[in-house]
Amino acid sequence: MPNVMIRVKDDGNLLFYIAKKDQEDEIASVEKDTEDEWGGEVELTDGSKYYIDPISPRPSFPTTLRFKRAD
Amino acid sequence: MSELTREETEALIQEVLEVYPENAQKDRAKHLAVNDQSVEQSKKCITSNRKSLPGVMTIRGCAYAGSKGVVWGPVKDMIHVSHGPVGCGQYSRAGRRNYYVGTTGVNTFGTMNFTSDFQEKDIVFGGDKKLAKIMNEIDQLFPLNKGVTIQSECPIGLIGDDIEAVAKKATKEMEKPVVPVRCEGFRGVSQSLGHHIANDSIRDWVLSNRDGDESFESTPYDVSIIGDYNIGGDAWSSRTLLEEMGLRVIAQWSGDGTLAEMENTPKAKLNLLHCYRSMNYVSRHMEEKYGIPWMEYNFFGPTKIEESLRKIASFFDEKIQQGAERVIEKYRPEFEAVIAKYRPRLEGKRVMLYVGGLRPRHVIGAYEDLGMEVVGTGYEFAHNDDYDRTIKEMGNATLIYDDVTGYEFEEFVKKVKPDLIGSGIKEKYIFQKMGIPFRQMHSWDYSGPYHGYDGFAIFARDMDMTLNNPCWGKLQAPWLKSEEEPEAAAAGA
Ligand code: SF4
Repeated sequence: MPNVMIRVKDDGNLLFYIAKKDQEDEIASVEKDTEDEWGGEVELTDGSKYYIDPISPRPSFPTTLRFKRAD
Repeated sequence: MSELTREETEALIQEVLEVYPENAQKDRAKHLAVNDQSVEQSKKCITSNRKSLPGVMTIRGCAYAGSKGVVWGPVKDMIHVSHGPVGCGQYSRAGRRNYYVGTTGVNTFGTMNFTSDFQEKDIVFGGDKKLAKIMNEIDQLFPLNKGVTIQSECPIGLIGDDIEAVAKKATKEMEKPVVPVRCEGFRGVSQSLGHHIANDSIRDWVLSNRDGDESFESTPYDVSIIGDYNIGGDAWSSRTLLEEMGLRVIAQWSGDGTLAEMENTPKAKLNLLHCYRSMNYVSRHMEEKYGIPWMEYNFFGPTKIEESLRKIASFFDEKIQQGAERVIEKYRPEFEAVIAKYRPRLEGKRVMLYVGGLRPRHVIGAYEDLGMEVVGTGYEFAHNDDYDRTIKEMGNATLIYDDVTGYEFEEFVKKVKPDLIGSGIKEKYIFQKMGIPFRQMHSWDYSGPYHGYDGFAIFARDMDMTLNNPCWGKLQAPWLKSEEEPEAAAAGA
């Protein structure tokens, strides 16, 4: 269950930063991404997947969240 | 020497790896790569931030070096106690050339060495009492200090001293921040973890000290310089450019920086991050907690400076944007003259680099402005996000090496035959004895600053001075010279 900081990149895409591993990747897709819900399965551009229970309302970024590894 | 093709570079790596036993070969192969600009994510081609194998000659430092030497050390009005045996602090004392203004020993303490000088009895019975006593002594002898940090060396973690408790008590008694930093040298794989630990201690013990205190009046144009350690005055030559374009620099982290500046940084409108590797952690934290955006910039060489100034200005209004253009135009005749003077002397020369946090990629632009080419680069302690940022800066089919060993570096140099090498003090004399011009790129070889337009002029002069030095033609004893080699003497010119 890594702690992950999500922040907005210059081009508007979201970055997924795992502090512990110093790993930064772009988010490719989010299962639920609407005005009042954000979360579910999150896929990164390198193909790895993480899961978080959907949060409502959509949090404002940057923020730190706890993800689960999904595979 | 002509350019190496991709296949030749790959063959070179294979050849160098051959001498290792099988396991070491497999491990080291992951750290050496041929650059391919089409790769988006560096982890596909290079592995980094792994423990160095015992037996190879690594050039890395320790976590204590990352915290005391890099991040905390330059904060000039605090006293940084090297907690443990005397050597760690004494042998690294004042070696980094972080310039500062102030009276050393009175209100600034940058080049002094404070240590708890552990003896056998401290290891056996614990050093907390001694540390508490040191805090009292410090406050009596140096009353103008603004705070103290306790930089743990290896033994502290091993014997399990509770420096946090001492720090809390001392904070109350002295009414100044006393920051315990758990940066024992054995932690992590390199100095990189020391940066992270130091960043976390700033976050926990310093940043929020003035939350709710509005006595500092901020303006819409407040920025802070993060990750510039003022080596040879770097931060000063950067700061003048920012101020000329209309911004107000409210903090320097940490070269020539003070505790008060750090505490006031949450009032900035934008954090300008020069060394990404060593201070991205605290910048991320400030973005999350205080909503301060941060951006990476590069003040090496006019091309990159121009790009960076415009990018910085884009965060602000018209007035600053005009200011940026004005600054660029003001310095244009200056840097054009520098290029006109030195480019003909340096054109086409090839450089290999092996440095630390940001320079393996940041200085590439400055060399290119002088018509030079970087044919190999590598980091001591980078992570994958650094290599992500490097791939695009480097030419195709150039060499990239992570945590290069002494042996590999020498072999690469023998084959690639660069005209100039930029690396650290440990590499300097080996390569100079091999007859290759060398610049120390950690401390600018006792020169500097290299940042900003003023710094570029010095950078160009230094590179010329080193490369075109007549001594390189005189390395061979006259009686060993073959008859048909008279051109060596002309190398200087
Ligand atoms: S590794 Fe330990 S003993 Fe060596 S310099 Fe670093 S802190 Fe000191």
